[in-house]
Amino acid sequence: MRILLSLLSGSLFGAGLFVSGMTDTRKVQGWLDVFGDWDPTLAFVMGGAIIPMFFAWRLTAGRTPLAGGAFPELPRPELDHRLIIGSVLFGVGWGLAGLCPGPSVASLSYGGAGGLVFMASMLVGMGAAPTIAQHLDRLATPA
Amino acid sequence: MQQDWIWGLVGGGLIGLAGAVYLLGNGRIMGASGIIGGLVDGSGRNTAWERLAFLLGVVVLPIILTPLYNVSIATHITDNWGVIIAAGLLVGVGSRIANGCTSGHGVCGISRFSLRGIVATVFYILAGGLALAVFRHVLGLI
Repeated sequence: MRILLSLLSGSLFGAGLFVSGMTDTRKVQGWLDVFGDWDPTLAFVMGGAIIPMFFAWRLTAGRTPLAGGAFPELPRPELDHRLIIGSVLFGVGWGLAGLCPGPSVASLSYGGAGGLVFMASMLVGMGAAPTIAQHLDRLATPA
Repeated sequence: MQQDWIWGLVGGGLIGLAGAVYLLGNGRIMGASGIIGGLVDGSGRNTAWERLAFLLGVVVLPIILTPLYNVSIATHITDNWGVIIAAGLLVGVGSRIANGCTSGHGVCGISRFSLRGIVATVFYILAGGLALAVFRHVLGLI
């Protein structure tokens, strides 16, 4: 059940990324490039995605997930150095290549060698992230 | 080109629907970096099969849709290998340290008015915009 629901969700996600054009790095960079030929498409994708999710969050009230268990415990609304530093690093990489994790997976079949090298580098980065995060924690804690 | 925003809206709706199925079905937040990262660092070992099933769907649907689509589907990624590797490392490290990327913080976070999701999104968009300004318009690298 959980595996089938995951497959369904992943299929919708892959289809959405594909038809929205978000696997085209020119569109993503076009949105970030306010000093160049600005492309508003990404804002429509974000808006279109937030609407169903808004209703989904409202439907979680007083219910349990279809496959059983419980809805995730939400993190406390606290801002910390991990969130800010991580988002800045992610944003720079996202701007440089025009790819983020979802589209990098969706475009695996047609992204060519560049897409594969990006994916491999991203996986290395993800593997190193827990160690780097611990170093950041140590720096952020006053001795 | 003129219909790009319509396809963006339609595709966005599908992405939101995907997040709704993942949340209401499995009780989990759909974040691409979390789903992949949990497989890489072992933190998602107990849910490995559902993570793999999700990723299978993400890879396969574009393969099925490609023949139906009569426009160019190239990713147009840069051919500068140094930039690709640096970008991949930054995306991997950053999204995991921040505990989310465009799908987790952006789509799933903003839709519940999460402070963390909104702040993360503001910071990665500003950082991305700055990266383009510097590396494209100042240095001419991308």
